[in-house]
Amino acid sequence: MKIYDAKPILIGLLIFVGFVSMPFWLHGGKVSPPPDPKLDTPAIQILEKKECVASKEYMRTSHMVILNDWRTQAVRNSKRFYVTAGGANYPASLQRACMKCHSNKAQFCDTCHNYIGLAPYCWDCHLPPKQETAQATK
Amino acid sequence: MDEKRRDFLKITGACVLGFSILPVLKVSAKQVTQPPEKRPAYKDHPKALHGKRWAMVVDVKRCQEQNKKGECRKCIEACHTIHNVPTIPSVKEMKWIWKENFEHSFPGTAHEFVPEEFKEGPFILLCNHCSNPPCVRVCPTKATFKRQDGIVMMDLHRCIGCRYCMAGCPFGARSFNWWDPKPYLTQMNYDYPIRRRGVVEKCTFCDERLAEGLLPACVEACPAKALVFGDLEDTASEVRRILSKRLSLRRKFELGTQPNVYYLV
Ligand code: HEC
Ligand code: HEC
Ligand code: HEC
Repeated sequence: MKIYDAKPILIGLLIFVGFVSMPFWLHGGKVSPPPDPKLDTPAIQILEKKECVASKEYMRTSHMVILNDWRTQAVRNSKRFYVTAGGANYPASLQRACMKCHSNKAQFCDTCHNYIGLAPYCWDCHLPPKQETAQATK
Repeated sequence: MDEKRRDFLKITGACVLGFSILPVLKVSAKQVTQPPEKRPAYKDHPKALHGKRWAMVVDVKRCQEQNKKGECRKCIEACHTIHNVPTIPSVKEMKWIWKENFEHSFPGTAHEFVPEEFKEGPFILLCNHCSNPPCVRVCPTKATFKRQDGIVMMDLHRCIGCRYCMAGCPFGARSFNWWDPKPYLTQMNYDYPIRRRGVVEKCTFCDERLAEGLLPACVEACPAKALVFGDLEDTASEVRRILSKRLSLRRKFELGTQPNVYYLV
């Protein structure tokens, strides 16, 4: 078998493969560390039962589903309080429930979201707790 | 043959009787077998205020008297700090509740011989939460909608910033975010969201406070008790009592939007 113009084609292929595999070369085969969301906020430390608004497994995979439900129920159906499976009662509110317990947005929500390159637009309007906003604007 | 016919009629009769008492059985069975409480679930606050047609009455005299003692902006300040409404000093200002003079509040009603003390007002203006809201009719995404209790609500998550509602509203009650509001906020309430560039916002009759049994922030803040909030469908409510006793005006009622903010004169 004979390839016409073999030389430029092979060089081109080599450059192409080089570019495609660049992320591996640049990071030297290292794996970036998996996110480690911190749960040591003051509000969570004083909790008797260290429980979220649903099971940990569910929250890890589906917290955005709960948030979406909450906002529809609160804003459109004026149902503003949520009773969890465990019987605890919270306001159905991103700022007044989630962010009261998870007051460390940068070490919690952001660690996971940065890892997967996700920037929820919620923070355009929903304010993270005070101390974090102050840091961000510095 | 005769025997069979009798049997058939008996069975039919029994069936009819059975079906007719079925609903009763179902109801009584429910009371026994109903599970204690389904969870997780959404709930109302025990103190939540419920209404069928929320309305506000503005006692203009009282407001004026308070203003004579010195410029009063308590209701505006209370509302705008709680809801993170930015102060932008230009025609592109943001406002949920504001002051106007008589001529601008009631165009068409005003004439050159209006009593002098009336001309300057101030009249406290806000969203009228109309019973027939044109803004809701024109909104293409249902971002603004009429709730069961009469509040014309704003769902910022759906707003695409087309500003049809602003064109539809004859009262100028809606403001458009031309810029990111953050730099214009001197202080922030961290329990309420801000808005971002490109959405329309307005007064929501403090629906988030009503859900917790609190009156709207402006009503609570008024030192002269010039703002009264209540349910017009409730014959025993204070708003009904006041409106049946004193003459009141509504802004641009002739447009047929049926505004729910009343001005006592
Ligand atoms: C009462 C305080 C509290 C509230 C309110 C709360 N959380 Fe949690 N959250 C926790 C605790 C405690 C855990 C750890 C649970 C465990 O270890 O079983 C947790 C775990 C999580 C996790 C999993 C973290 C991981 O390491 O996998 C996510 C995601 C999460 N929460 C998101 C939310 C969101 C979103 C909301 C609002 C809808 C919310 N939380 C509201 C206390 C809270
Ligand atoms: C355990 C890691 C983890 C933590 C902690 C976490 N998230 Fe997430 N979040 C994710 C992942 C993964 C996705 C994307 C899922 C997808 O795209 O299917 C996501 C998606 C979301 C979305 C949907 C975004 C969109 O554009 O669809 C929202 C909203 C959200 N997270 C809010 C929060 C908030 C608020 C917190 C902090 C209270 C939080 N998350 C904490 C992992 C996490
Ligand atoms: C344009 C601004 C804006 C954006 C963007 C936005 N929100 Fe909201 N959100 C609001 C406003 C305003 C309310 C009404 C607050 C109220 O009435 O208490 C609200 C209410 C909510 C509520 C219920 C009440 C509360 O106090 O939290 C939830 C839950 C919520 N939003 C979640 C989200 C999530 C999740 C996202 C991102 C996917 C998001 N929002 C993006 C403005 C915004």
